[in-house]
Amino acid sequence: MSRLLARAIVLVVGGAVLLAACSNGTPSSNGNKFSGVTVRVVTFTGPQIAEPLQRRAPDFERLTGAKIQIITVPFSDLYQKLLTDFATKTNSYDATVFDPQWMGDYVPSGYLEDLTDRVHNDSALQWNDIAPFFRDFSATFKGKVYTVPLDGDFQMVYYRTDLLQKDGLKPPETWQDYVSIAQHFQGKDLNGDGKADYGSCLAMKRSAQSYWAWISIASAYLQSQGTKQGAFFNLNDMQPLTNNPAAAAALNVYKTLSKIGPPDQLNNDVGDSRGLFVSGRCALSLDWGDIGPLAVDKTQSKVIDKVGAVILPGSKQVLDRSTMQLADCNATLCPYAVNGVNHSPFAAFGGWSGAINHASSSKVKDAAFAFLSYMSQPAQSSSDVTIGKTGFNPYRTSHFTNLGPWETSGMSEAAAKNYLGAIQSSLQSPNMVLDLRIPQTNYYQQTALDTALAQYLAGELSTNATMAQITSQWNKKTDEIGRQSQLDAYKASLSVTK
Amino acid sequence: MEEEDLSKVSGYVSTRGFRLAASTWRPLGARLDRVAGAVFILPAVVVILGFSIFPLLASLYVSVSRLSFNEGGVDLKFVGLDNYAKLIVGIDRVHLLGLAGPATPLSIAVLLAGYGLLAFALYRYVRSGDRTAVGMFGRVFVAVVAGGLLWLLVTTIMTSGRPGTLVVTMVYVGVDVTVQYLLALGLALLAVQHLPGRRFFRVVFLLPMMITPVGVAYLFRMLTDTDKGPLYPLWAHFGLTDVSWVTNPWGARLAVMIGDVWQWTPFIFIVLLAAIETLPHELVEAAVVDGANRLQVFWRITFPLILPATSTVVLIRLIEGFKIIDLPNVLTNGGPGTATESLTLHAYTIWRALDIGGSAAVAYILLILVTFIGVSYVNLFRRRVTAMT
Repeated sequence: MSRLLARAIVLVVGGAVLLAACSNGTPSSNGNKFSGVTVRVVTFTGPQIAEPLQRRAPDFERLTGAKIQIITVPFSDLYQKLLTDFATKTNSYDATVFDPQWMGDYVPSGYLEDLTDRVHNDSALQWNDIAPFFRDFSATFKGKVYTVPLDGDFQMVYYRTDLLQKDGLKPPETWQDYVSIAQHFQGKDLNGDGKADYGSCLAMKRSAQSYWAWISIASAYLQSQGTKQGAFFNLNDMQPLTNNPAAAAALNVYKTLSKIGPPDQLNNDVGDSRGLFVSGRCALSLDWGDIGPLAVDKTQSKVIDKVGAVILPGSKQVLDRSTMQLADCNATLCPYAVNGVNHSPFAAFGGWSGAINHASSSKVKDAAFAFLSYMSQPAQSSSDVTIGKTGFNPYRTSHFTNLGPWETSGMSEAAAKNYLGAIQSSLQSPNMVLDLRIPQTNYYQQTALDTALAQYLAGELSTNATMAQITSQWNKKTDEIGRQSQLDAYKASLSVTK
Repeated sequence: MEEEDLSKVSGYVSTRGFRLAASTWRPLGARLDRVAGAVFILPAVVVILGFSIFPLLASLYVSVSRLSFNEGGVDLKFVGLDNYAKLIVGIDRVHLLGLAGPATPLSIAVLLAGYGLLAFALYRYVRSGDRTAVGMFGRVFVAVVAGGLLWLLVTTIMTSGRPGTLVVTMVYVGVDVTVQYLLALGLALLAVQHLPGRRFFRVVFLLPMMITPVGVAYLFRMLTDTDKGPLYPLWAHFGLTDVSWVTNPWGARLAVMIGDVWQWTPFIFIVLLAAIETLPHELVEAAVVDGANRLQVFWRITFPLILPATSTVVLIRLIEGFKIIDLPNVLTNGGPGTATESLTLHAYTIWRALDIGGSAAVAYILLILVTFIGVSYVNLFRRRVTAMT
């Protein structure tokens, strides 16, 4: 009898140990824990972002038995595809890798699973290794964690080190510098093929990434008092900051740049502008972190070790919120200025992040979380962020400190330090501009702002008409949803402690 | 006779019993015979009600509502004609209708000529012997709406203004269908000649139609790229590498129209080819014997005989043409600005911003426009052609 009891105790203890081992979320220790479970993950039609998910899904299946189905839809459809799927309770997706800005629409409606406990209990995820900005802002909504960051997003300026060095030019500090450097190189042969090349290559196509580029420029003029000041709305009455001399200055810079670049720049998205830059046809570009790894990709780059990155250029004049006029920077107006220049690095988009559908079954949710965790764990992500085609950019402390994977990818130590330094200086800036995250953010940016910018660049609207159109459309939408609730949501999105 | 046969088959049913049963069943059978037609039609009616009429009415309701996604579901709020007002007189008016510029001598001349023609057509009808009150009302209605559309076209295109999505769509349809028809007619006349390789070219001419429109859009996106596309050597030869098709509003619209013409000319081509090939040889032979030349044969025999096929194929292309979306969406995303945006793309961009009511309103405006043009075309042109032949 006592032997039987001893066996039973051994079995129970053994089982408990096994359960504990399984519950830490590490796929390698899960065996076939998720055998028979299928997780449907939706993201945008890549190749970026979808590529690493598709590439690593079979590995994850071998480790855990869970089958991962990656479903892709065009980026411009992803937001409403998800929203309509959740709202109509179709629930055809168990997880999504999406834009964390949309949490403003998805979280209050209860569509996304609260991941707070899971991220803290999963030791393999190494939650604290993720840079505080991505942990506390990108992944968090009103104090709770809803996403697992898979990508770190900041816009930066890239320049050709060889060209600037040869002509004795410094990387741009202000947007005026950027314009004059672009003008200097426009029409010159920059890659030795005998063809005239371009001073600057930007993504200005409609319904693509154009509005982020404009916000990157406008931020320098609109926000100078630190992150909590915000760059989109007045914090007293939710009036848009899109109809004032600062917005006009940014529009003028943008319009000037539309003419210093490839002839079909108005029809270029980031795929086109990146292709042009790494083939050596542009002196400058404005982009997320993607150009860094693409520039050392031997299969396509003609600018290996010829590319430098800097924090977004700034401005010596900023919007004085009391007079709503442009004023010269001083210690009060621009407390974070460097050499009299106000820099406002823009955390455009916030980085692709994984989230889980609250309505899925618990077993599927467990498998989905294990997959997202697996993708984010340093073992996988530290090499993924060094590959250009993944679209993933560094977001963990270890991505910045461990230079090994970067050097393996083909970057020289100096280039890696320069590239990571530009991201870090943006990440550590106390005047970082947070991307908009309020209900129907998608309308404000992707529809109203994007269309007005496209019309402005095409000459359909004057500067004043563009500002008036954006402002009236934003105000109409704010009133439609509720001015006070939108103001509350906007304030909540800014009160982040880094 | 029938009863006897049946009683033989059943064997154990007595004649009396069967008669009783038959007398009961006869009215039922007759009744079934009467309703059989309706019963057979019912599945089709249910399908049409379910898949055509219901969505039509539902989208009409959505177009007068504001749909929002709330906690745990969807909220539909009735807003009357707000969505239409926003498009026609409100914040989206310029997007839909365009911006009228100050009058120019050309625009005034075209307007006067157009209105003169409309007035002349009405005058001819009034003077004709077979006028009716209904016919008169219909013609006045058509003249008023056509006059309005003409005003919209002329004041936004022939001035310093800019066309909205409604006008851009009409330009696409007008230019595309005309060019497609002329090209297709030429190709069909060529393909019936006994030329070497005609079988091969008939297949080649049909290929564009087989490609998915999105594929065609990507193809033209590459072809119109003067800087790195496959036609780069050609552009470079003419010194056009710094000129972009798709950053100039009319260049971009032209690119969209060339793509559409390339894709849909084969459709008209195949219909016209079939029509020409089935023409009776005797008529042509008789005309040739009588000394008619080729041009006379075409204008007096071939063309009038293929008019019924022409009117049908043009109607189909008109209706299809109004729904263009793939080409402008992929080629330019509706840009530069809103220059290449068609009505369907307009509805889609509004839908993407989750303004489902506004999107349905645009779709209804498109439906009204297509119905107006389709019905006017059938009444004023097609019916006459069919009667003539």
